[in-house]
Amino acid sequence: MSIPEDSKYAKSHEYVHFDEKEGVGTIGITDYAQKELGDVVFVELPQVGTQLEAGDELGSIESVKAVSELFAPVSGEVVEVNEALTEKPELVNTDPYGDGWMIKMRVSDPTEMDELLMNAEEYEEYIQTEAGH
Amino acid sequence: MSLPDPLTSQHRFIPNASEDVREMLDVVGVASIDRLFDTIPDAVKLDRLLDVPGPWSEIESRRWFRGLAAKNMTAADHTSFLGGGAYMHYQPACIDQLLLRAEFLTAYTPYQPEVSQGTLQSIFEYQTHQCLLTGLDVANASLYDGSTALCEAVLLAERMHKNKTKVIIAKSVHPHYRDTVRTYVQNLGLEIVEIGWAADGRVDLNELRGACEGAFAIAVQSPNFFGAIEDYEAIADATVGLTRIAVVAEATSFGILAPPGPHGFDICVGEGQAWGIPPQFGGPYVGFMVVRDALKRHMPGRLVGETVDVDGRRAYVLTLATREQHIRRGKATSNICTNEALIALAANIYLSLMGKEGLREVAVQSLQKANYLRGKLGEIEGVELPFAAPVYNEFVVRTPFLAREILADLEHEKILGGIPLDEFYDGFNNDFLVAVTELHTQEQLDKFAVAVRAAIARERR
Repeated sequence: MSIPEDSKYAKSHEYVHFDEKEGVGTIGITDYAQKELGDVVFVELPQVGTQLEAGDELGSIESVKAVSELFAPVSGEVVEVNEALTEKPELVNTDPYGDGWMIKMRVSDPTEMDELLMNAEEYEEYIQTEAGH
Repeated sequence: MSLPDPLTSQHRFIPNASEDVREMLDVVGVASIDRLFDTIPDAVKLDRLLDVPGPWSEIESRRWFRGLAAKNMTAADHTSFLGGGAYMHYQPACIDQLLLRAEFLTAYTPYQPEVSQGTLQSIFEYQTHQCLLTGLDVANASLYDGSTALCEAVLLAERMHKNKTKVIIAKSVHPHYRDTVRTYVQNLGLEIVEIGWAADGRVDLNELRGACEGAFAIAVQSPNFFGAIEDYEAIADATVGLTRIAVVAEATSFGILAPPGPHGFDICVGEGQAWGIPPQFGGPYVGFMVVRDALKRHMPGRLVGETVDVDGRRAYVLTLATREQHIRRGKATSNICTNEALIALAANIYLSLMGKEGLREVAVQSLQKANYLRGKLGEIEGVELPFAAPVYNEFVVRTPFLAREILADLEHEKILGGIPLDEFYDGFNNDFLVAVTELHTQEQLDKFAVAVRAAIARERR
């Protein structure tokens, strides 16, 4: 299971890959999350320009098993959404950190990256505890 | 109230102890159970036990009910021109016979694919008919009736435009449907803006254009409540950016009128009663909903899809169930988690049996006979046809006298002449709505015209 070192993670299993120079975070769901969900058949994403607070619902993801809500890991404005997921939602399964990204967000308060999110090591521990239940 | 008070006495069939009832009332913060029914107007609340006579034997009960039934005026012993959302078309005898099959006539609709391929196939066929008739992409397994289908359409449209709260509904949409929408949305923070009609009876396009600012959807009915056929494309042109809902209350009109899908409409909802279901008071009827592909994940209700089983054979299953309450809980698109399966089956049998040609024949005959009668009535001195727009099988008639008086007069001739419009619209005291179907004979139409002429003459004296 892949947990890239260069990203941060939310307890709700979204990752943020933050480009500090641009101030833009790329957000998707983790490899662990896509495995748990199973085959993804539909992803509903917000419109460009939507303002989100950390913890707000940003959309939903539907797999053959269930529908889950997606939550904004940090606050900011949606600047781009991955249109490719409309036609190919399975990209979330095949390449969650690459072509299966969901939205790009201009992060309004970069300190949230450290305050609210886990690093790769912490996230790995977190999902092991969660899987133990 | 002389019913047992659950706070002080134990009810035979409700196993809540008095303390439990007290605790539940405390949690929701009301003092008494009666307060839970505050939204029901006092005028319709019964403040005593039902006055039920008896006990009687079966024979006595039947005699009593037969006497009661004999007080009804029925379309069986009158010539009826009543319409307004319920239409008397021919119902082929095999519909009722097939509905009686125990596999279909169960207390609840089984949806499990392992045991219900027949039911699911019938629903799939019903949905296929809806798509073909409306020119839209995805139909659900049916809703309760035309009015609740419109409500669900408004809520669906609202989900597509999350920041807007205004919906436009033409006043010429069935008044009962508009009432039902008001009831549905009254606590949801939505604003309903009603727009009127132009001189010809169709939607007033200028008023419509002026109302569009800030609205998320427009709902029009065609043929509308006055029978006038709306111009879908003109309405679409006037409502750029809005989700457009077409309401069809006379479902046989699809046999001849242009479908809403290819003419700029996103959702078509309506009443399927005209498809082989008798116009019985209180239903059950069947509501239909068909939407563009892009809206399917926001659609309420059940949906049957076609797939293949492990051996590659054609099979039917409920699909897109992730929208629904049992999976999606509070985020479901609707709390509708059933359909009107038996009545949808009747509609499916009717449409399958009539086919393209049969449905067209029903529509052509209804249209021609209605327009024949409209012409005959128009020749009578004193009769006015207030709306000039083209009609399908229903139209408004105005005389110089109260519609209720004219209609009462026609009843003496064993004619149910129509629906007085004063109940629904101010200033329409002299107007009534006349519906004609393929069942009317030329003799009946001619006799109706003669009777209307005579009624006006009698009023003049």
